[in-house]
Amino acid sequence: MTVLKKSLNSLVVLGLMTAPLIASAETAEEKGTRIAIEAKASDKGWQDMQTSMNMILRNKEGQESIRDIRLKSLEIENDGDKSLSVFDKPKDVKGTAFLSFSHAVGADDQWLYLPKLKRVKRIASRNKSGPFMGSEFSYEDLSSFEVEKYTYKFLRDEPCEGGTCYVVEQYPVDKNSGYTRRVAWLDQAEYRPWKIEFFDRKNTPLKTLTYHEYNEYEGKHWRPNLMKMVNHQSGKSTDLTYSDYQFKTGLDDNDFNKNTLKRAR
Amino acid sequence: MSRKKLLLAAGLSLALPAQAETLYELSGKVTAEARYFTQDAQFPQQDYSSNLSFTVEPEFYWEWNEGIDSLTFTPYLRVDENDNERTHGDIRELSWIHIGEDWELRAGLRKVFWGVTEFQHLVDVINQTDSVEDFDGEDKLGQQMINLSLVRDWGIVDLYLLPGFRERTTIGKNGRLRSGLVVNNDLASYESSAGENHIDTALRWSHTLGDFDLGAYWFHGTNRDPKLLLKNSNGTTYLAPYYEQMDQIGFDLQATIDSWLWKLETINRDTQSENYWAAQGGVEYTFYGIRNSSADVGVLLEYGWDERGENADAAIQNDLFIGARLTLNDVDSTEMLAGMSHDLDYDSESFIIEASRRYGNNWKLSLDGRFFSSDNPADLSYNIKQDDHLQITVERYF
Repeated sequence: MTVLKKSLNSLVVLGLMTAPLIASAETAEEKGTRIAIEAKASDKGWQDMQTSMNMILRNKEGQESIRDIRLKSLEIENDGDKSLSVFDKPKDVKGTAFLSFSHAVGADDQWLYLPKLKRVKRIASRNKSGPFMGSEFSYEDLSSFEVEKYTYKFLRDEPCEGGTCYVVEQYPVDKNSGYTRRVAWLDQAEYRPWKIEFFDRKNTPLKTLTYHEYNEYEGKHWRPNLMKMVNHQSGKSTDLTYSDYQFKTGLDDNDFNKNTLKRAR
Repeated sequence: MSRKKLLLAAGLSLALPAQAETLYELSGKVTAEARYFTQDAQFPQQDYSSNLSFTVEPEFYWEWNEGIDSLTFTPYLRVDENDNERTHGDIRELSWIHIGEDWELRAGLRKVFWGVTEFQHLVDVINQTDSVEDFDGEDKLGQQMINLSLVRDWGIVDLYLLPGFRERTTIGKNGRLRSGLVVNNDLASYESSAGENHIDTALRWSHTLGDFDLGAYWFHGTNRDPKLLLKNSNGTTYLAPYYEQMDQIGFDLQATIDSWLWKLETINRDTQSENYWAAQGGVEYTFYGIRNSSADVGVLLEYGWDERGENADAAIQNDLFIGARLTLNDVDSTEMLAGMSHDLDYDSESFIIEASRRYGNNWKLSLDGRFFSSDNPADLSYNIKQDDHLQITVERYF
């Protein structure tokens, strides 16, 4: 109910924002921002989610390496999500767990649990651009989408796998981002991302991420079963497969603290 | 001891599931370790330059009531070529966890880590050190406990009841990296008339406030660090462990600000023979993505202080530590750590270098080098000044 009211509120706000713009023509920046706000609002209300992630890392020679991770996340109103990830593979890091309170603005709070030492370590979250588990996904690629994390510029409409896509350029606000910009393709019907192109700090094409096999959950939450990241500079790639998506499983704040981190496994 | 374990087993079997909704999982690792000592030994009966050692550590895990109850059993065995004392077994963990809405109960043999610093773990006090494993004191024996953990808005409160005490393992006469006189655990004695059956208690509060993670505790019970007394047995002089009772308060703090980690641990230990403060503090700074690569370099600086100064029977009383950690963030998790400690009182030094990477999905290889220098017989590290060694460890995970 409150969720509905909130999205109604934001629609009203959007209406107020867009109303005068019709007269004075929306700029590309305004339109890009509006699409981001609408995309975020369209997925609002998922509450909590659990899924399993499998990563296949491939180097230039085609050699493969496996990562298995289980993920729980909790939607937080007006801030970034809370998440708890547990590593199952590779086996030498089995039981290692990662707790993150992400924030729309400012540094995330992150803790790592090292099962061999039974130690919980608060870690610096500045390392957004670093690779996640040696993969082609960086930490920032896997963190939740928040409108405040970028500034925007609408480029064009273009046909895409999901019908017609908005093509929007996104400029990271965080100076520690590994990118100067991203170009994202979002379909106009459901605001699902289909492709993102990443440009490195020198503004050279770095990676392309494509989204595949979307399913709809709880009547409005679209999630891909497969995300493919290709690094054009190194020739490496990572396929990220999601399975066993579950929504609204009843997780709350009590499932995301140092105690749950220690026994996450 | 054995009766207590039996009671514990009885308690656990009562909690075990009747129905078949149990998840079972087996994992673990086996390791082979080879050491090569680069100098001749300082003491008799240490007359060898290489040593082989093997370990096995399976972990059995059961979960039922949809994860509300779980049981972990982790036995451990090491077989050592030269040191009979290093050949030993332990139950690292035999523990049952029951989860409530904002509390959990953990009972059995468990391992608990407290603290934030890297070069010394001053506030980490629950578990006894398994000192035959390595000279760095990082390895611990399982401790029998009942631990109630409460999650509150103002932090996590842990209550511990620790029935029974475990003596520190000590290197045997044929082991290297030991003191000149051998510690004989058969001669161990206790201040408490309850001996090793003294019931210890601890209370800890920990919390996160923005960039700060902090903890404070009070521990009452048997001091895990023994006093070492000279004793004769069958015409040989030994060091005999004497375990005092202690009250200890401890405090730990980490501030995580941008790329900086600021760390502080401090304790006050009150025993029959002394009352003193000690502290370990420092800073860690990480350079991310050096030279536009994925590699990170962390630089560590710590200082350890003990109010007792040169009279301290602790190795760290006025010591400075510098370290650097290289993390490649590659597919094989390649890491390197180099660390140096300098004793400002005795001018002695030690240098360690550790490197590790994964091979394939299930293998890991580590290379370690440890080098010591000390000129003052009053310095504890004088005992291991000729035990410089290189170590290669192969781990296979299953």
